Amino acid sequence: MPKLQSAAELEKFRAEILSSRDPARPCIAVCAGAACDGMDSAAVAAAFLAALDQQQLGDRLEVRTTGCHGYCEKGPNVVVTPGEICYFEVQPADVAEIIAATLKGEVVDRLVYQDPNTGAKAVHMHEVPFYKHQMRLLMGDNPKIDPMRIDDYLAVGGYSALVKALTQMSQDQVLDEVKKANLRGRGGGGFPAGSKWETTKKAPSMPKYVIVNGHEGESAAFMDRAMLTGNPHKVLEGLIIGAYAIGAQKGFMYTRHDMPLLEKHVRNALVQAKEYGLLGENILGSGFDFECELHFDVGIFVSGESSALMRSIEGNPPEPRPKYIRTSVSGIWDKPSNLNNVETWANVPQIISKGAEWFTSIGSEKSKGTKLISLSGNVVNSGIVEVPMGTPLRTLAFDIGGGVRDGKTLKAIHFGGAMGGSIPADLIDAPLDFDGMSKLGAPIGAGGLLLMDEDTDMVEVARYLLDFLVNESCGKCAPCREGMPQMLHILTNMTEGKGKSGDLERLEDLAEVTGLGSLCALGKTSADPLKSMFRYFKPEYEARIPGGSEAK
Amino acid sequence: MTDNSIDGIIEKYRGQPGSLIHALVEIQHQNRWLPRAVMHRVADALEVPFAQVMQIASFYKAFSLTPKGRHEVHVCTGMTCHLRGAPKLQARVEELTGLKDGETDADSRFTFETGACLGSCSIGPELIVDGKHYGRMTPEKVADVLKRYE
Amino acid sequence: MSATSEITLTIDDKEVKVAAGMTVLQAAQQAGIHIPTLCHHEKLEAFGGCRLCMVEVEARGWTSYVVSCLYPVAKDIVVRTRSQKVDKIRKVIVEELMAHAPDAPELVRLAEEYGADRERFERQESFCIVCGLCVRYCNEVKHENAVGFIDNGAKREISFIPEVAKKVCWECQECFALCPTSYAQAAYLLTEALAFPGQRKEPSRPAKGTQAGRRVIPIMPIMTA
Repeated sequence: MPKLQSAAELEKFRAEILSSRDPARPCIAVCAGAACDGMDSAAVAAAFLAALDQQQLGDRLEVRTTGCHGYCEKGPNVVVTPGEICYFEVQPADVAEIIAATLKGEVVDRLVYQDPNTGAKAVHMHEVPFYKHQMRLLMGDNPKIDPMRIDDYLAVGGYSALVKALTQMSQDQVLDEVKKANLRGRGGGGFPAGSKWETTKKAPSMPKYVIVNGHEGESAAFMDRAMLTGNPHKVLEGLIIGAYAIGAQKGFMYTRHDMPLLEKHVRNALVQAKEYGLLGENILGSGFDFECELHFDVGIFVSGESSALMRSIEGNPPEPRPKYIRTSVSGIWDKPSNLNNVETWANVPQIISKGAEWFTSIGSEKSKGTKLISLSGNVVNSGIVEVPMGTPLRTLAFDIGGGVRDGKTLKAIHFGGAMGGSIPADLIDAPLDFDGMSKLGAPIGAGGLLLMDEDTDMVEVARYLLDFLVNESCGKCAPCREGMPQMLHILTNMTEGKGKSGDLERLEDLAEVTGLGSLCALGKTSADPLKSMFRYFKPEYEARIPGGSEAK
Repeated sequence: MTDNSIDGIIEKYRGQPGSLIHALVEIQHQNRWLPRAVMHRVADALEVPFAQVMQIASFYKAFSLTPKGRHEVHVCTGMTCHLRGAPKLQARVEELTGLKDGETDADSRFTFETGACLGSCSIGPELIVDGKHYGRMTPEKVADVLKRYE
Repeated sequence: MSATSEITLTIDDKEVKVAAGMTVLQAAQQAGIHIPTLCHHEKLEAFGGCRLCMVEVEARGWTSYVVSCLYPVAKDIVVRTRSQKVDKIRKVIVEELMAHAPDAPELVRLAEEYGADRERFERQESFCIVCGLCVRYCNEVKHENAVGFIDNGAKREISFIPEVAKKVCWECQECFALCPTSYAQAAYLLTEALAFPGQRKEPSRPAKGTQAGRRVIPIMPIMTA
């Protein structure tokens, strides 16, 4: 495959791909996302391919293994186009029937969605309640793309934003567009990406670096991995555009060491992009050079913190630095480094293609665009959901999520993993919004949303979250290293019926000092779940102290 | 053809202190643990103090400073799995193997580990053995799963 | 000497003029204002681990709590080295550290000043308070790396590397006097006893500044009540 050396060559190549594909030819997309893979979707895909081969249907039917479709609860997921017919819980034994029906233009009735209450069926994706209420700008392409094939990404318009940025826009124009779009960081900070890019761009030293934070250590958040495994090129395209705007020549994708499929897809994407001339020297003849490397963490949550991550890329232990040494000015090897989350980068191509004005038309006043949410916990429909910012939590929990499983009632909603907070069920109409949710004490964080049912012990939840963090602390600063185990000890005693007078006061002091005194966000926010518990669920805590609320 | 042996890995990164973590990850992957003598060789070849190799190797839980068993048994303790019953699953595995988190049995059959979150929350709680997922597990099913691994 | 730019800031209502590039801690020291520290040492790079030197800083309308050993001086910032929150941070940190080493002289002194209760939190096994003075000294000043950190989080502690320690430690011993809790010395002796008993390299000549030959620093327990 000779390198594409200009925008014109790329567009010509894209046209060739499209003309070689018959849109009327049915395609069976088998989801290979983490949960579906765990339910052995590989066997389903293998069965399809074997049947195709055996019956010599290669020119009449296509089978494609794709990234995550989103409806993880009902996997293995299969989507048949044209028509976006959704089949759920597909087993290898169903393969023959699906093929036969697809060739005839028919539907396998027993495998389509059926409402658990009304029994009503839904065949096409836009009719299925789980998908109906979503706005899948980022995830929507997943069923159409085999992550190992860059041509699939090109076929859906991939890399056209990069072409536009490199050939029609100056670096400053790209930066301005992202600033106008008010794209806020999707990793948990919610910090304006354009502003961070500008700081890095203006920092005096060279070289500059851009980084994709694909670490996703937040418990119960799984959308970044789904995005990176399912559509690595979209993230890469965003990264290259950002590097162009900032003036960075080198990029790093940083992710976890324990996801073999993710590693395989990203490595392959980087190789293919290089082959096509989308990475390397003089990209598409624009004069812009950019290289990207893949790095791994080694299994600790703190390496998701941006300054710690940069230490890790250098080969050092992931010890965070205080935030007043801004990494956009002094990051990897003390050079200006712009780090953004996977989802943040994934938003960039569409902002460039469709413009900031379009982007700002979606979402709420200060939180623009869509947000990927990992919906799980005691919910009926768990999976990866994408909705516009401003969507009420009720829509997420009930219309999309299908409510609480096993017929129980909702007690609490938790956001932000071990660094977030829980709010009671009566706040269910709150909109999904960075600032609004922060004010309520349950910041969105990376977007892991958990439903907790009536049997949930809120003291135990706080204890569990601290238990997680205690193992993930780097150990450098005293408030985190010492404070968290002490809070854990008190909470453990409380859950074991050994609470004693003075416990709540000690917890409050520890929470306050750990929050104020810790070096990085891990320690600083470690007591936030506990603080939300005190705000909304204090009686449950007081009940664990002998003498109750009087003996605080 | 790259030499994946420990010698090959060390040679590949000789003189590159910044590649310490890469080197250790590859050796861990190849050898399934990091013997002290090997860590010394890495320190010498990559020109880093042994204390630094030791710090990295003990800091990150992906590295094992003791030999691992033939099979790695993992119970996911992420938040969703926790809410869906992971503690009971963990207790059952502990009971059947006699191992606590991080331990390997005397016959080197199993190494037991817990940890979050592998991103397949919808099929929690999960037992993962040698990378194979056993989703929607209950304590009752554990014995049958473990029996398949010698 | 070339003119360096000067920064004016306020520390505890006192106007202080210092050279740009200094930290708030250095500025305070220059102005004769005391800020407690534990993991700080002139010969070592500032660490920011113990957090005792935290101060309140008001800059551009925002109030924040920062470690003065690392925070750079800036024009017109208002620093308070004591306040209700700052004192609380110090008190609780001292209480947390005393759960490890309740008799460490420096901690006892700070406890008295900040009203800390040595028994407030659950007693911890190790009396290492992970200030890192020994590790950093051996790395940055002696370039021997005979002692390092191991593990992470609450399990983090110092560990002497026997292969290196047996060749260099007895001759040096300089980190023993730096340790606020005497743990470094205890850790070395335990390592020697377990890993290389009778094999330490004795100094070829008496080390400077001591009586004939080095000896272990005697530890005097604090007698309370």
